[in-house]
Amino acid sequence: MSAYVTKSPWVVHYDGSSCNGCDIEVLACLTPMYDVERFGIINCGNPKHADVFLVTGSVNEQNKGIVKQIYEQMPEPKVVVAIGICACSGGIFKDCYNVLGGVDQVIPVDAYVPGCAARPEAIIDAVVKGLGVLQAKREAMLNKVEKVEEVEEVVEDAVEEPAEEVAEEVKSEGGEE
Amino acid sequence: MGKRTIIPFGPQHPVLPEPIHLDLVLEDETVVEAIPSIGYIHRGLEKLCEIKDFNQMVYVVERICGICSFGHGWGAVASMEGAMGVQVPERAEYLRTILHELGRVHSHLLWLGLLADGFGFESLFNHCWRIRETVLDLFEKNTGGRVVFSICKVGGMRKDISNENLKEMQEVMNGLKAEIKEVTDVFINDASVKNRMTGVGVLTKEEAEELCAVGPMARASGVPQDIRMTDNHGVYGKLGFEPVLEEAGDCMARTVVRIREVFQSIDLISKAIDQIPDGPVDMKVPNKIEGEYITRMEQPRGEAFYYVKGGGTKFLKRMRVRTPTNMNIPAMVKTLAGADLADVPMLVLTIDPCISCTER
Repeated sequence: MSAYVTKSPWVVHYDGSSCNGCDIEVLACLTPMYDVERFGIINCGNPKHADVFLVTGSVNEQNKGIVKQIYEQMPEPKVVVAIGICACSGGIFKDCYNVLGGVDQVIPVDAYVPGCAARPEAIIDAVVKGLGVLQAKREAMLNKVEKVEEVEEVVEDAVEEPAEEVAEEVKSEGGEE
Repeated sequence: MGKRTIIPFGPQHPVLPEPIHLDLVLEDETVVEAIPSIGYIHRGLEKLCEIKDFNQMVYVVERICGICSFGHGWGAVASMEGAMGVQVPERAEYLRTILHELGRVHSHLLWLGLLADGFGFESLFNHCWRIRETVLDLFEKNTGGRVVFSICKVGGMRKDISNENLKEMQEVMNGLKAEIKEVTDVFINDASVKNRMTGVGVLTKEEAEELCAVGPMARASGVPQDIRMTDNHGVYGKLGFEPVLEEAGDCMARTVVRIREVFQSIDLISKAIDQIPDGPVDMKVPNKIEGEYITRMEQPRGEAFYYVKGGGTKFLKRMRVRTPTNMNIPAMVKTLAGADLADVPMLVLTIDPCISCTER
C-alpha cells in the first residue's frame, strides 16, 4: 500500500437512483472548469482501482446489491461519499414506494454532500475531506488497530484536519505552524 | 456458427453514467442479440405526484431528469394549464421557449462530451464540457440554479428575466457559436472519429418508423418527426422552426443531427429574444384541476408525453409521463444486433440514453 494514496485518489461513480442532476455535477468536477485532476483525482470505471466511492441517489431493492458489491470490490482503505440529498436521506423521493432511504442504509458513508443538485464546489470539498478519512484509515491499518471503535476515533480526529489544510492552501499565506 | 457467449454489460460500466443492464449474446465478436433489463433507478415518481398538490408537484416532476429538468417541468405545467383551460401570458411562453432551447444546447453539448469519452477522445470530452459551463453560467445568473431551476410554475414563470439579461444571453450564445464550431468540426472531420461512427449501427427510415423511434434518433434516419413543428407548444410557430434531418441513419448521422440542432437552438434563442414582448409573466390560476389533458414536448432526446387527470381538487388523480429513451430502446436493440462488441458503447450512447427519465 502506497503512502501516496491520498495524493492521487481514484474515484468510482455509481448512480443509485438519482435524477442525473448530481451525476452530471460529478462529471462536471472532472472537466476544466473545476478540474479535480489538480488534486490527482481520476475517475475510473473499475471499482478495484478506486479509493473513493461516489454514490448519487438513494438505494432501492434492485440496486442495493450492486452498491454493496461495488463497495466490497474496492480495496482497503476506502472512503464513501454520498452526493446529493437523495444519497444522504432520500430527499424529495423519501416518500416514494421504491426508495429505501440514504446510501448509509446499505454501506458505511464517510462524507455527506447535501444539495439538490449538489454543487461541484461542495462535491470537491467532500472528496478532499474524504481524503483525510482515507489517510486516517490507512494509518489505522498500518498500526493494526483492530477494534472498530478505535478506527472510528482516529477517523473522527482526522476529519477536521484536511479542511484546515485546504483553507491554508487557498489563502496561500501559510505561516501557521 | 461459433459458440454463443453471454456478456453482461452494466449496470456499472465506464461509459454509462447511469445504470442499464444489457445481456449481450455473442457469436465470436458479433452481437447476435441484446436483451435489455431496466429497473435500477425506478423511484415511483408518478405515485409521488398524486400526494403532492399541483404547486409542489412541479418540483417533483423537474427531478424526473436533471439534464432536461426545465423541459419536464414545462411539460407537466403545460398539461395542468391545459386542464384548467388557462392561457399563460405571451412573455412567459417566450421565456419558457428560450430556457428550453438553452437546455437543449446544454444537453447536446453534454452528450457530445460523453460520446467523445465513449470513443476514447478525452480532450474532446473536456472541451465540450468546458463550453457547456458557459451555458450553465447563464442558467445560474438568470434562474439561480445550474441543473434544476424550478422557475416554471402553473400560470407562468416564478420570476421574470430582465431585457438586459436577455440581451446579454443573446450576445454570449452568439459568441459561443465559433467556439462550438471549432469543437464540432472535430466530430465531423476527424478521421479517427469518422472511422468509429460512419456506417456503424444503421437504422433505416422504415425501421425507425416501425420501431417508433423519436427525436434525433428518428431524424437521423430521415423521419421528419419533431413536436416543435407539429404541436402548438411554446412560440416555435412564430420562430419559423424547421426540423433538422439527416438521411444516413448511422452513428455519424445521429451526431450530426445533434450538432446542427445546437446551432439551430442558438438561432431560435436569438430570434425569440428579438421578438419577446413586454408584459406580465405570471397569472392567477384556479385552485383545482378537473378533467384530463395531454401535452407533447420535444425534449433534447425526443418526444415526451405528459398526461394529467384531475379530480376537482388541488391534487392530481393520475400523472403519467412517457419519455423519449423509453421509445428509443427498441431501436437501440435493433442496431445492436449484428454489431461488433467494440461498437456496443457507441450504439448505446448514440440514442442518448437517459435512464432516470425512462424509469422515473
